[in-house]
Amino acid sequence: MLITCPYCGPRDVIEFTYQGDGNRERPQPASQDLDAWNAYVYDRLNPAGDHNEIWQHSGGCRAHLRVVRNTISHEILSTAFARGGHKTESRS
Amino acid sequence: MAEHELPERQSPLEPEYHPGSHGNFEHGVDVILSETRPGSILQLAAWPGEEKQLIEIIGKVTGLALPDGAGGGVSNGARAAFGFAPGKFTVVDEAEGLAAAFAGAITPTIGTLTDLSHGRTAIRIAGPKAEWVMAKFFAIDFALPAFPLGAGRSTNHHDIFAQIQRSGPDQFDIYVFRSFARSFWKALCHASEEVGYEVQ
Ligand SMILES: [Zn+2]
Repeated sequence: MLITCPYCGPRDVIEFTYQGDGNRERPQPASQDLDAWNAYVYDRLNPAGDHNEIWQHSGGCRAHLRVVRNTISHEILSTAFARGGHKTESRS
Repeated sequence: MAEHELPERQSPLEPEYHPGSHGNFEHGVDVILSETRPGSILQLAAWPGEEKQLIEIIGKVTGLALPDGAGGGVSNGARAAFGFAPGKFTVVDEAEGLAAAFAGAITPTIGTLTDLSHGRTAIRIAGPKAEWVMAKFFAIDFALPAFPLGAGRSTNHHDIFAQIQRSGPDQFDIYVFRSFARSFWKALCHASEEVGYEVQ
């Protein structure tokens, strides 16, 4: 599995660390909305197909990335820096 | 100024550093390994949006025309600079004291300066089989069109993080953590045995 880092180019997956589901919305730190916190901590889409994910190029440039990965084929559909804060478009 | 001088730096490679020819060198030495021992190894980082400003400062302080773009770099023998991550650069000088030259130039609104001169070890591999030996260590493309002269790459070898700059058509400079340098060096020597290597 190759992930194309926007900075480093295509690299083996061994250089990357999975940072979790990229669909989560973190509530404001002061939020007392327990349902929102519950959803942030526990709710996952777990799709069989395209999935928004956060990865870190921990063994390279160390940038955090937004990656769309197909959970069935492991195809990497897109990568972008996570810094912008924008979610990658996904069908799931 | 003698009271400000740092104690003489010892090489972490020393117990395993054996000048001379080694391995399968009957038909010639195909790589030369050495420790370049630069006096200054700095890490510079720009805040988002300040990258171009920082590149300009690197140019002013070092005289190096650092190209913009991912992994862009340049070296002139005595000094070298390359990008290793978004907005982050490694800058190296043969001489000590480069951090002081940058200290006034990089203001807190532009970015940060970290002096890693004592924290990194610089190892050079040169020769016709340098690409071949490097390709055994790192899963990146070392061919000249993919890894141009002066360019930098961040990668790792079995969790030993490495920054690599191509400092010649057949030459790479590898920056590794000082604490892992001896282990990395021993592995590099073993990997070079099959082609015949000389330690200088
Ligand atoms: Zn990267």
